[in-house]
Amino acid sequence: MGEMLKIENIRKVFNAGTINEKVALDGVNLTLEEGEFVTVIGGNGAGKSTTLNAVAGVWPVDSGRIFIGGDDVTKLSEHKRAKYLGRVFQDPMTGTATTMSIEENMAIAARRGKSRGLSWGITKGEREKYREMLKTLDLGLEDRLTSKVGLLSGGQRQAITLLMASIEKPKLLLLDEHTAALDPKTAAKVLEISDKIISENHLTAMMVTHNMKDAIAHGNRLIMMHEGKVILNIAGEEKKKLTVSDLLAQFERVSGEEFASDKALLS
Amino acid sequence: MLLEAYFSSLNPLALFRAMPGSIAQGLIWGLLALGVYITYKLLDFADLSVDGSFATGGAVAVMLIRTNMNPWLALLLAFGAGVLAGLVTGLLNTKLGIPPILAGILTQIALYSINLNIMGQSNQAVSVDKYNLTVSLRYVSGDTAAKIKVFTTCILFCVVMVIVLYWFFGTEQGHAIRATGCNPQMARAQGINTDFCKVLALMLSNGLVGLSGGLYAQYQGAADVNMGRGAIVIGLASVIIGEVLFGKLCERRKHAFADTLFAVIFGSILYYLVLSVILWLKFPSDDLKLFSAIVVAIFLAIPYLKNKKKATGGR
Repeated sequence: MGEMLKIENIRKVFNAGTINEKVALDGVNLTLEEGEFVTVIGGNGAGKSTTLNAVAGVWPVDSGRIFIGGDDVTKLSEHKRAKYLGRVFQDPMTGTATTMSIEENMAIAARRGKSRGLSWGITKGEREKYREMLKTLDLGLEDRLTSKVGLLSGGQRQAITLLMASIEKPKLLLLDEHTAALDPKTAAKVLEISDKIISENHLTAMMVTHNMKDAIAHGNRLIMMHEGKVILNIAGEEKKKLTVSDLLAQFERVSGEEFASDKALLS
Repeated sequence: MLLEAYFSSLNPLALFRAMPGSIAQGLIWGLLALGVYITYKLLDFADLSVDGSFATGGAVAVMLIRTNMNPWLALLLAFGAGVLAGLVTGLLNTKLGIPPILAGILTQIALYSINLNIMGQSNQAVSVDKYNLTVSLRYVSGDTAAKIKVFTTCILFCVVMVIVLYWFFGTEQGHAIRATGCNPQMARAQGINTDFCKVLALMLSNGLVGLSGGLYAQYQGAADVNMGRGAIVIGLASVIIGEVLFGKLCERRKHAFADTLFAVIFGSILYYLVLSVILWLKFPSDDLKLFSAIVVAIFLAIPYLKNKKKATGGR
């Protein structure tokens, strides 16, 4: 088992030197071993999504280094880092191209990290493969390969985005509150699919969530962030026994304040 | 009485005679419209360099033909000149962070000077009597053989370009450009270099515009530094007319994308047919640009107003 992700002391300040200055990441350190599925919780502005964006290279970090699968990616642009990553976003609109068909979206994802030339964007063999993959979702999408993704519901889109993230096995799967915009029933289904994809492909994954129960129920490791730092790290047997009230008590002990975010307490 | 005199002064035959010319013009401008479709619809980039690159294509083609170059080769180089113009707009936007509209305007203004430099003066004629032009207004009113020549040439260009674009946007690289236009965030997450895709699409688009300009300059027998003024509006009009009239029809077809491209060319032809009717009605020609702007505004507004009506439940 090797290190799949190593974050070394990264810092990011938004709007530096203005009255809106915000220290978003204040020296984040984190190492993920291969096969680890870590859930990330914390209040609003704790730096959860910011950490994921830093790993994905949405913008450069101010200092610190990021390694994925042993490669230093700190200086790589977002699209060059994509070959290491599968990503699913909070907004179901973000992960897919709505004016393109389901199969075209999947074909684009299948070419992540490869050079794109002038051969056909999608082949017959691929189509069959995608049909089989869609069947496993059990959402009836296998008969709608040529439907525009824009016609699908948020849950269907997130499910497709998950498939897209795993077509080419990524070194790291980043799930950024990917069920937050869905109704509870759909959210549960999408989480179920996420679990399945992660375990079947033995993926290393990070899942940001606002929902403490989900954070406890999924994955094999949990970290809590607060004011741009990782303040709590629970893994193994300890995580299995974890309850929401434990987590709240731990948070108060570590941060010395009450958990302010109502959203984190809900459900 | 006045009305009666007005109507009796209109000659139906004159309208009929004007039609072939309008169709030929529509086909030539259809190539420009294809270019505008690439940037405006596929890339979601309102590219105003078009007004400049259209004239550049015309200037390059005319000046080269005047050196006795083969007109077909001259058209290829007009395409190349357009590609370079698109490259400039693309680099201004992606490498220097200049917003799309401004990047296009800067290229357009710069091209005005460049076009004057290419021609050495504000216009240059290319006579159909001296050179074996690929298309010409003269052929349209000429004998049957000439008529066949001009229309087959125009239609050939349009069909070949539609096939090429249909193929290209079905390739891996074409998919990448479409994803870039639809959802740049998704595109980057899938490893697509969105800056490269934008530049590539702008080059292809302006190449088509340059080609269209090169054909049009031959058609009217001269290149003029102002020939591209308002070209973007005509291009948009064609794209939108094609979409509003044929959009629903194209969606259901097997090769929807190719049909959509043909619809854009039909949009361009319709635009010129309507224009010829308006001129035939003795509408003052000074007001044509005003008319173009109104047509585009109306067709742009239709989908918006339709949606608004739907959203408020028909109220």
